[in-house]
Amino acid sequence: MSIRLRGAVALAAAYLAFTAAPALAGPTLDAVKSKGQLTCGVNTGLPGFSNPDSQGKWTGLDVDICKAIAAVVLNDVNKIRYTPLSAQQRLTALQSGEIDILTRNTTWSLTRDAQGLDFAPVVYYDGQGLMVAKSLGVTSAKQLDGATVCVQPGTTTELNLADWFRAHNLTFKPVVIEALDEVNAAFFAGRCDVLTTDISGLAGVRASVASNPDDFIILPEVMSKEPLAPVIRHGDNQWRDIVTWTIYALIEAEEKGITQANVDAKLKDADPSVQRLLGAQGDLGTGLGVDKAWAYRAIKAVGNYGEIFERNIGKKTPLKLDRGLNALWTNGGLMYAPPVR
Amino acid sequence: MTDRQATAKVAAAPPGPAAFHLSINNPTVRAILAQLGVGLAVALVAWYLVGNTMDNLARLSIASGFGFLDRQAGFQIGETLIEFGPQDLYSEAFLVGILNTLKVSGVGILLATILGVVLGIARLSSNWLVARIAAFYVETVRNIPLLLQLFLWYGLLTEGLPGPRQAFEPLPGVFLSNRGLKLPAPADDPIWAWVAALFGLGVILTLVIAGWNAKRQAATGKRLSMLPFGLGLIVGLPLLALLAGGGGAIDVPVLQGFNFRGGMTLSPEFAALLFGLVIYTAAFIGEIVRSGILAVPRGQTEAATALGLTRGQLLRLVVLPQALRVIIPPTTNQYLNLTKNSSLAVTIGYPDFVSIANTTINQTGQAVEGVLSIMAAYLVISLSLSFLMNWYNSRVALVER
Repeated sequence: MSIRLRGAVALAAAYLAFTAAPALAGPTLDAVKSKGQLTCGVNTGLPGFSNPDSQGKWTGLDVDICKAIAAVVLNDVNKIRYTPLSAQQRLTALQSGEIDILTRNTTWSLTRDAQGLDFAPVVYYDGQGLMVAKSLGVTSAKQLDGATVCVQPGTTTELNLADWFRAHNLTFKPVVIEALDEVNAAFFAGRCDVLTTDISGLAGVRASVASNPDDFIILPEVMSKEPLAPVIRHGDNQWRDIVTWTIYALIEAEEKGITQANVDAKLKDADPSVQRLLGAQGDLGTGLGVDKAWAYRAIKAVGNYGEIFERNIGKKTPLKLDRGLNALWTNGGLMYAPPVR
Repeated sequence: MTDRQATAKVAAAPPGPAAFHLSINNPTVRAILAQLGVGLAVALVAWYLVGNTMDNLARLSIASGFGFLDRQAGFQIGETLIEFGPQDLYSEAFLVGILNTLKVSGVGILLATILGVVLGIARLSSNWLVARIAAFYVETVRNIPLLLQLFLWYGLLTEGLPGPRQAFEPLPGVFLSNRGLKLPAPADDPIWAWVAALFGLGVILTLVIAGWNAKRQAATGKRLSMLPFGLGLIVGLPLLALLAGGGGAIDVPVLQGFNFRGGMTLSPEFAALLFGLVIYTAAFIGEIVRSGILAVPRGQTEAATALGLTRGQLLRLVVLPQALRVIIPPTTNQYLNLTKNSSLAVTIGYPDFVSIANTTINQTGQAVEGVLSIMAAYLVISLSLSFLMNWYNSRVALVER
């Protein structure tokens, strides 16, 4: 809501004005450990990525990444506080120290990286798309001249949209609504011809909000590269290493065939690289500032990257998304972890 | 200090300017020191806050300053009073936002005032039903949060109305759909400039004649009816020009592709925001008007009735002018509230200044400058409005001799 948003922005401004320098300089890891709680910034509700169910339990790909980090640093996936943030609130909330990590489908871009933020490895390669009602008879975005487009502000989406229409010499009229629910409601009420956001988001909205998902199509044009990655504050290298390598461990686990179910058995695997990853041999955790069973705990808590994908957004879920670019590099995708050794 | 002590002190002090002692016991010195102390404390706090903010921003490598205003905005705005495209600058986007805020506040203030006055008078009506309906309206509307009312109006307008292809067409060229109300508009034709100029001239001439008429009435007691003059000058003059020019080109909206092209648009976002603000604020203004009317002594009404004034004249000539003195100051508050409440536009997609500043904050990452801009813009708008209303208040205030 707008009042909360303005509150958050004003709060962030006040925070910048009132806090003394050392408050932010301290390593995030120490702060998380002393609080005994990890605060993750998540989406207010995006099916498949971060979405609360009727009991307030959070699920989704982004939520699982947060859980994996909690498992690594606190050994407890229940010691997480989820802070739902709008697109506009999220970066300010992280900069001001309100959250420890932002796992909220956030696109990695230079401007954002240079805003006092750092990005962890990409957890989902996405692109911006356009969804229209089938009844319009539109098959390509190039037929959208003069269309009204519903869009949520505070995303790279607004900029990509204007760029794409400019590049193709087409006109459009944006309707910019702040709350996700309200944007979706306006689109399905017919206020706009087109809804635009990341393709994964469109799939989620279509699966969960549309009264009949088959009445809507996602147009083939991909308007932008949207690598979605967790975000942390700039300058805390230790925290960055932990987040980075937790994600790599999940990808590596998929490559090595380690799953949530077989991780205990894999402790005795003959492959030394599996033993090193799980901490059965050597102590890779010390360099990160955690203990040697760090990756074991992450995999035990949420499974490997492939399992996380399939559980939340894969073919058996309402979103029905392909692995596509998000397949392992060995299967022609972009998911590639540097060697864990 | 008693009188005698004071006298003693004055007597003891040497005469002339030398009476000033640079001593902590001197009240003047103490007062100046106190002022200095407070001033210093405020300056120190401000210096600390600003310095600390700059330090924190620098440490987080967040850019600061207003340099971003000269950069290309890159985003599109749905509703603009001036031409705007993604290639324009952030400063122009800000201007579009401020104009949009002024547009909805200006129209809103006008309509809320009219509706409010009607409500206030209706609540005092001797007609039982009219008075009860007005009371019911006021009590319902002012006790429901404005945000909910905005959602209600927006929902009604977008869900309730058909799509553009099934739009209602109550009059030829007028279309009502969930894309808004489409009206025919004057096309790009020089004759419309003449029509506008003559309209302005008509208004000015009417005002001049009205002034002369008032003077004449004061002097001779005779009064001309203003209706033929006003109608002839304000409507007749432009119409004559239009007829002489053989009519002007009109841009009629047509359904093309999946939307209307051409014409004027009253968007659902603007309409929902305007309805919400007007209906909400009018409830408060209605109560203010009622209190103002009740504040006029009953004797005034009785005297006017005794003079044989009709009920309309009584209200217009006797009661309302006196009630205005009570009404203006609290109404100023309502006008300021309406203007500030217009920032709730972000929830229903009307591109007001806050909405555009928020997008800017997100694209540039400069929250401090963005929030400062929002604060400065609202401060300037509110202070101007407040200044205007205070000036008007001083005009209608009772002149004491």
